[in-house]
Amino acid sequence: MASVTLQGVRKSYADVGVIHDVNLEIDDGEFVVFVGPSGCGKSTLLRMIAGLEDITGGEISIGDTVVNEVAPSKRGVAMVFQTYALYPHMTVYNNMAFGLKQARLPEPDIDRRVRAAAEALHITEYLDRTPKALSGGQRQRVAIGRAIVREPEVFLFDEPLSNLDAALRVNTRLEIARLHQRLGATMIYVTHDQVEAMTLADKIVVLRDGRIEQVGSPIELYENPQNAFVAQFIGSPKMNFLPAETLAKDTLKALGVTARPGTMVGIRPEHFRTTAAAKALVSATLELVENLGEYALVHLLTEAGKEIIVKMDSPPKQAAGEVIHLTADKASLHRFDQDTGARIS
Amino acid sequence: MNQKTIFARFIRPSLAWGVAILFFFPIFWMVFTSFKTDADAVKPEYLFLFTPTFENYVNMTENYDYWRFAVNSVITSVFATVLTLVVGVPAAYAMAFDPGRHTKDILVWMLSTKMLPAAAVLYPMTFLTKNFLGIFDTHFLIIIVLSLINLPIVIWMLFTYFKEIPKEIIEAGKMDGVNIWGEIKDIVLPLAWGGLASTALLCFIFCWNEAYWTVRLTTTEAATLSKLIEGNRAPEGLFFGRLSAVSTAAVGPIVVLGWFCQKQLVRGLTFGAVK
Repeated sequence: MASVTLQGVRKSYADVGVIHDVNLEIDDGEFVVFVGPSGCGKSTLLRMIAGLEDITGGEISIGDTVVNEVAPSKRGVAMVFQTYALYPHMTVYNNMAFGLKQARLPEPDIDRRVRAAAEALHITEYLDRTPKALSGGQRQRVAIGRAIVREPEVFLFDEPLSNLDAALRVNTRLEIARLHQRLGATMIYVTHDQVEAMTLADKIVVLRDGRIEQVGSPIELYENPQNAFVAQFIGSPKMNFLPAETLAKDTLKALGVTARPGTMVGIRPEHFRTTAAAKALVSATLELVENLGEYALVHLLTEAGKEIIVKMDSPPKQAAGEVIHLTADKASLHRFDQDTGARIS
Repeated sequence: MNQKTIFARFIRPSLAWGVAILFFFPIFWMVFTSFKTDADAVKPEYLFLFTPTFENYVNMTENYDYWRFAVNSVITSVFATVLTLVVGVPAAYAMAFDPGRHTKDILVWMLSTKMLPAAAVLYPMTFLTKNFLGIFDTHFLIIIVLSLINLPIVIWMLFTYFKEIPKEIIEAGKMDGVNIWGEIKDIVLPLAWGGLASTALLCFIFCWNEAYWTVRLTTTEAATLSKLIEGNRAPEGLFFGRLSAVSTAAVGPIVVLGWFCQKQLVRGLTFGAVK
């Protein structure tokens, strides 16, 4: 078991910086998710921890050891790749045993570890097959098995679910959560899917353009996003942003919220509720309802021409083209600077 | 019968046969002529009707030392192929998996060496090897020359095959702790085995058939079958029977080899075209 520490970590290709001064503390046994849009540097950062990318500046430590110059296999980490990256010419057994053979472990030890991992992942019956003869989900298990047998201190996952279909993705996500519970190892997980981030993480790291935007528990990020980027990235459907001047002044005053011009107010779809015209924070025309049974997503257009989404328990009575009056609690209004996106508290 | 079926049923097969016969005819004629005596070979009345004889083949092995040339061909082609792969595999590996800023330029430059007319360096090559290095007419020289000639095309082919291996598999190997030789031995070569085999085969065929340098840089010691054919092309007389027998015996082994490895060869020749 080990903690992972990143201090002033930088990475650039030629003159182009892709990771800028990242500082991060990952505790022993923590499940940390790097999340962000594609190209934000989350995979690069993970690969730097793995040792597959050089570190241009700063220090990465695993446990008490600075690993900047340590070979990937000597860092006590194991990685699960997005494409699985199994050895196509080896059987499942040898795929899992390969790393242990490289480390010159005694044969009985290798056999015991491989069989135990196969047992846990329900792939024992496939041990003699090659990856070609396996389904996507089975290959993913082998890839995870290959990581487990090495008994690493830190597991690294690079978008491990993105090649699986929706149903399998949910199952495998649960299995990874169980694996973390069972092994208690430190895990770092990269994804662009905020649902994976919310469900798996002890701690989420939101990245944009090679910089950390915010670090915190899923609920902290949901309730207290530090800027508009994090606010719209965490939560689904996305948070609605409305310029302060388009909101009813009297209602704002009644709620005790001051919102100067140049401020945008963010309200999550699930925090809106309908109200009388006089008490409305914003009034909008109903455009479309997506009824999912359990809840309904209501698409509206405000008088100022902004699209908003409201999540309701049941579809509204109003028909398309009619006006719906909406408000929300003070606690669920997030104010951000319109130019910088920074939170105004 | 409409026009399309006429084309499909008669014209297209006829054209295909026509082209096939056009290509095959010289080879057929060579084998055919090798069973005629030198005298019969030039007489029009014996064009098709003649008494077959093995005289040329017997003559070739007894008087012209066919086996010595054949052994030289085998030695130079095998060693040149091995040497080319020993240099080519690491070179292609480096360029495929750890490309630098100038890798593309190097690849193009290597290929450009094939554009140099061989005749342009004939004099320096002969002078250097004969008068300066003293390695004229040695196996060593022929092996080196054949390797150098084939190295660019071999590196290009291997580079293409290596490129087909996903980068992540190599990275998985790094995570598993293989060193660079383990990586080549346990991961790259097993995955590129088919490509490697066809590359080796093509390289061997090119070596075997090479004639420009093997004829000019040898006299007796390291002379290959190309030299034997060249030697039987007597300027004063037309010993077509003898020449045909020598040629047949020279191309025979490589044709048989090619026949057995057809599948690999096709893959090798169409490399890069089909993934």
